[in-house]
Amino acid sequence: MSARRIPWTLLIFLALLPLPWIGSRYQTFLGTEIAIDALFAVSLNLLLGTTGLVSFGHVAYFGIGSYVCGILMKTYGLPFVLAFPAAGLGAALFAVVFGFFCVRLTKIYFAMLTLAFSQIVWAVCFKWNAVTGGDQGIADVPFPNMHWMASLPYVGDLNINGRFYLLSLVLVAVCIAAIGQITRSPFGRMLTAIRDNRERAAFIGLNVRAYELSVFVVAGGFAGLSGALYGIFNRGVFPDYVFWPKSAEVMIMTILGGMNYFWGPTVGAFVLVWLNQEITNYTQYWPAVLGSILLILLFALPGGILGGLARGGAALRRLLAGRGDA
Amino acid sequence: MALLSVEDIHTAYGLSRVLFGISLEVDAGECVCLLGRNGVGKSTTMRSIMGITPPRAGRVIWHGRDMTGAAPHRMARAGLGFVPEDRRIFAELTVWENLDVAARAARRPGAWTIPRVCELFPILAERRDQRGGFLSGGEQQMLTIARALVGNPELLLLDEPSEGLAPLIVDLLREKIAELKAQGMTILLAEQGVAFSLALADRVYVLEKGSVRHAGPAAELREDHALLDRLLSL
Repeated sequence: MSARRIPWTLLIFLALLPLPWIGSRYQTFLGTEIAIDALFAVSLNLLLGTTGLVSFGHVAYFGIGSYVCGILMKTYGLPFVLAFPAAGLGAALFAVVFGFFCVRLTKIYFAMLTLAFSQIVWAVCFKWNAVTGGDQGIADVPFPNMHWMASLPYVGDLNINGRFYLLSLVLVAVCIAAIGQITRSPFGRMLTAIRDNRERAAFIGLNVRAYELSVFVVAGGFAGLSGALYGIFNRGVFPDYVFWPKSAEVMIMTILGGMNYFWGPTVGAFVLVWLNQEITNYTQYWPAVLGSILLILLFALPGGILGGLARGGAALRRLLAGRGDA
Repeated sequence: MALLSVEDIHTAYGLSRVLFGISLEVDAGECVCLLGRNGVGKSTTMRSIMGITPPRAGRVIWHGRDMTGAAPHRMARAGLGFVPEDRRIFAELTVWENLDVAARAARRPGAWTIPRVCELFPILAERRDQRGGFLSGGEQQMLTIARALVGNPELLLLDEPSEGLAPLIVDLLREKIAELKAQGMTILLAEQGVAFSLALADRVYVLEKGSVRHAGPAAELREDHALLDRLLSL
């Protein structure tokens, strides 16, 4: 495209980079979680917002990624540089198999089948003691080797959590930039055409199922990468990471931020994680608060937070323009 | 051998049967018109040919090959360009993106490129970066035709192109379709507008209640008004 785009990924990345130096330990910790959840939500939005596919089982690929990375690093002692890409590939591989069946269905049936597959994955993780540790999970997943960072200027002063924040931020930023590139590519336009109308997309010559399967695999792969980081971040991998409430959580993040905006899921991840932390300081009824937030959101802000901001901005511009005319 | 021959197709939406044994042929270079009032099965015939609503019985033969029940994207890649009624553009994509997606999807490179369809419909070049949903009805119709053309079809299926458009736009569209025909494009046109279709068609099939009531050259109907009245008054 001819118009110069604002490099949002780079700007946001640069803005968040100094957090370990200026923020508290707690804020760095929250920042890491938000970055990882943001990647998970952005990967879901490839399906939800970009292609119009409602997946209730996206957590399966997140969970597979975290188990693959955790098992490779803990059980087999493989370095992070191998385990991390393996997590993405493993998740993508499962997405090929599950997606092959899912894209044969549409709408609610598609959603239900994705949920069914994610529950199968959960059951396997929960019961296969020898490999996944069953309900105990895999504890003490080691941090990646980050000694090399000591030689970098300023980074050497940071503790291991600060370093892992930086590592996560870099990896998440690269992944989100890649997803952005995919969304804007011809492939991404095909996905938008499918979301707009499957039938029309088919009769202009698009093999709709093939495209849906491709994006399902890509989204699954990126979810796997975010899962890999999540397992390390929490120092362990547990069956909860594959359980369906996490699918609901990431969907809420995406819708809360605004699924029609590329940065919507990221904003949603930030708001939800931050609210969760703040509100649980005051009350144990976080689910009730979450429910109320959703209620308000769905009625007052159907386009999510970014949709609301965009509408507010447009109204403000109209107001200013009206004054200018008068 | 005909480019397209439809042999005795029966099509239904669930339990409601719409086509009762329609047969028709289209030769290369011809403009064939399906004429008939609302609900006689013109659109369903087109959707059956495209594989969007596959026929329950009968055959769709394209280039001598039986393509009955093939998926719509296979029909498009085999060379059928479909312009559905109601101007079904991709509302969220820009004009250029609509054309780009279609050109890539059909996988049929050829003489019809995005610049060339913009020559045929200059307004599309002006509206290049506007979203499809913000175009006027006439502009959307031109975009739908252009979108089918960039797939370099051998046969263009036009479903009610004049429906709901202002008379001036209808005249413009008729000129453009005549221009396409003069360039050798094979066209299957479904229309309620008698004047519109008779001005363009070489041959006509008059449909009634899901079957062919009359088939013959358009010239015959252009001259014999009594016959035309008898066929279309029922």
